[in-house]
Amino acid sequence: MIFTSLFETAWHALVTHRMRSFLTMLGMVIGVAAVILMLAIGQGAQAMVRSSIESMGSNLFIIMSGATTSGGARVAGGMAPTLTFSDADAIRGLGDIVAAAPVSPGTAQLIYGGLNWNTSVYGTTPDYAVVRDWPMESGGFFSEADVRSGARVAVIGAVVGRELFGDEDPIGKIIRIRQAPFEVIGVLAAKGQSLDGRDQDDTVIVPITSAQQKIFSSSMRNRARLIMAQAVSDKRMDAAESGINELLRNRHRIGVGQDDDFTVRNLTALAETAASTTRIMSLLLGAIAAISLVVGGIGIMNIMLVSVTERTREIGIRMAIGARRRDVLWQFLIEALTLSLIGCAIGLGLGIGGAWLVGNLAGLPVAVTPASVLMAVGVSFLIGVFFGFYPARSAAGLDPIEALRAQ
Amino acid sequence: MATPGKPLIEVVDLEKDYPTGAGVFQALRGVSLSIATGEFVAIMGASGSGKSTFMNLLGCLDRPTRGSYHLDGIDVSRMSSDQLAALRNREIGFVFQGFNLLPKMTSLDNVALPLMYAGMGRQARRQQAQTVLERVGLGERSHHTPLQLSGGQQQRVAIARAMATRPRIIFADEPTGNLDSETSHQVMGLFSQLNRDEGITLVLVTHEADIAAYARRRIRFQDGRVVEDVPQKAVAA
Repeated sequence: MIFTSLFETAWHALVTHRMRSFLTMLGMVIGVAAVILMLAIGQGAQAMVRSSIESMGSNLFIIMSGATTSGGARVAGGMAPTLTFSDADAIRGLGDIVAAAPVSPGTAQLIYGGLNWNTSVYGTTPDYAVVRDWPMESGGFFSEADVRSGARVAVIGAVVGRELFGDEDPIGKIIRIRQAPFEVIGVLAAKGQSLDGRDQDDTVIVPITSAQQKIFSSSMRNRARLIMAQAVSDKRMDAAESGINELLRNRHRIGVGQDDDFTVRNLTALAETAASTTRIMSLLLGAIAAISLVVGGIGIMNIMLVSVTERTREIGIRMAIGARRRDVLWQFLIEALTLSLIGCAIGLGLGIGGAWLVGNLAGLPVAVTPASVLMAVGVSFLIGVFFGFYPARSAAGLDPIEALRAQ
Repeated sequence: MATPGKPLIEVVDLEKDYPTGAGVFQALRGVSLSIATGEFVAIMGASGSGKSTFMNLLGCLDRPTRGSYHLDGIDVSRMSSDQLAALRNREIGFVFQGFNLLPKMTSLDNVALPLMYAGMGRQARRQQAQTVLERVGLGERSHHTPLQLSGGQQQRVAIARAMATRPRIIFADEPTGNLDSETSHQVMGLFSQLNRDEGITLVLVTHEADIAAYARRRIRFQDGRVVEDVPQKAVAA
C-alpha cells in the first residue's frame, strides 16, 4: 500500500466526520495554545529579568548602613547611617574592588518652567556611573571636584528629561530640586525597569555633598545610607565580600562576637536568584500547560477507540478485500497523527495570536521562541503516535470474520 | 492461470472447531472436494450446516483446525494472516448479502479500494475502477454513494469491487438475500455472464433453489459434512 494512500484514507475519514474530528482536535488545540502562551509569558518574564540584571550593573555589591538583625531581632536598616565617605574610599582601595560610591537616596519635587515632576534623587560620586555601568545619552557626569565643592549640577534620567523638557535640549538648563537651583549637565542613557519593577530612568543624580546640603538638609555630613561597589570580576565576588566585611569591621571597631552595623549584599547573587525563580515559574507554567496537552492526547485516544468500535464492520470489509494488519494499523495511526498535528497547527496559531494579544493589550513581556514552537510540534507528534497506537493496534488485531459480522 | 490438470481449489479432510461454553462445536467434520478453474458452484444447506464456515475457509478469511487447503497448488492452511490478506487481495473477490460497501465513499472509491491495498497509484486505480464499473453497467453511477443507489445497483458495485483486482475466484455469500426477485435474477445473470465470458470461478452460497439453479454444480451441506455434490444443467442466464 502506498504511503500517500494512507493520508488520503485518513483525510477522508476525518472530513466525513467533521464535527467529531473538530471536537477531538479541540483538546490538542487548547493544549498547544496553552503551552505556547505559557512559555511565551514565562520566557518573556525571563527575558525581562535578564535585561534588568544586565541594566543593574555587573558584579555589584550594595552595602547598607545598619544591621539587618541586632541581637537576633530584625531592625530597620539605614535609620542611622553608619557608613562614611571615607568608608567608600577605603573600600575602593581594596584589591578586588574597581569602584565604590557612597549613595544618599531620597525623593524630591523637580520644577522646570511651568512643569514639575516628583522623582527619586541620588546623591553620590562619579564612581556611581562606573558601578552601575551607566553610559550617558548626552552631556557628561559630574566630577570629583564637583563633589568636593558641592556644585549644584545634576545628571537626569531619560524619563525626567522627557517629562520636564520634552523635545527641548536639557543640557545647561536650570531646574529646581526642592527649590534649590541645579544646572543639568548630562542626560543618562535609558535602562528600563529594575528587578523590583521601578523605572530606573525616573531619577536625578547629584553630587552627594550638594544633595545633603541643599536637598535633604540633613545633619549627616560625610555619612551615607549606602555604598555601592563593583568587584573586578565575578570570580572575585566572594573574596571581595569578605574583604569588605573585614575592612568595615576594622574601621567601625566591631569586636569579635559583636553584630555588624552594616549589611553587605551581593546584588548579582540576588539577581541570579530572581532569574532562577522566573525560570522555575516559566517551567511550572509550561508543565501545567503540558498537562492539558496530555489530556488532549487522551481525548484523541478515547475518540479513536470509539471510532474503531463504530467502524468494526468497515475494518472487516477492508480486511476481506486485502488490507493487511499493518495497513489497518497505519490507517488508524495516521488518522490519530493527522488529528493531533492539525490540532497542533491551529493551536500554534491561537497561541501565537494569544501571546501577541497579551503582549500588546495587557502589556506583559512575551517571547514566542522557535524552540517552544518546535517543542509543541514534536510533543504533538509524539502524542499522536503514543495515544493513536493502542486504538490502531486493537483495530489491526480484529478478526476479519468477527468484524464483518458487526453491525 | 491455473496449472492444467490441477484443481484450483483442493481441500482434504477439512475440519473446523469452535470452542463454546459447553465444549467444542465441530462446524466442519471432514470435508474433501475440489473445484476446477471456471466452475460455477452453488453451496446449499440450512443455517448451521457449516456452509458459511466452509466459505470463510475457502475465502482465506479463516484457517482450518485440521486438514489441508490448497489454492492453485499452494498450501494456504499455514499461511500468516498478512500472507492471507495479500492472497485475498490478489486472487479472491467477495460479494456479501448486505453488500458491505463503505457508505461514505463513492462507487468509484469503493471499487478502487482493493486496488489501493494492491499498491496501485491513485490515477491508475481510479481508471481501472471506472472500467470495471462500466463492465457491470454502472459507468454513469461512479460518483454516487451507496445510499444514492438501489439495492441491485449496490450489489453490482460490490461485484465490481470483487472483480477489481482481476481475481481468479469470486465467493458470493447469499448475494440475492436482500434483493427482490427481479433484481435477484438480474444480479445472477451478471454472475453467469462473468463466469462464462471472463472465466471467473464462482462459488455461491445460497438457500434458494431458483438462485442455486444458475450454477452448474450443486453441493449440499448438512451437520458439517457434504451430503450431496452433483452436476446440474444451469438455467439460461
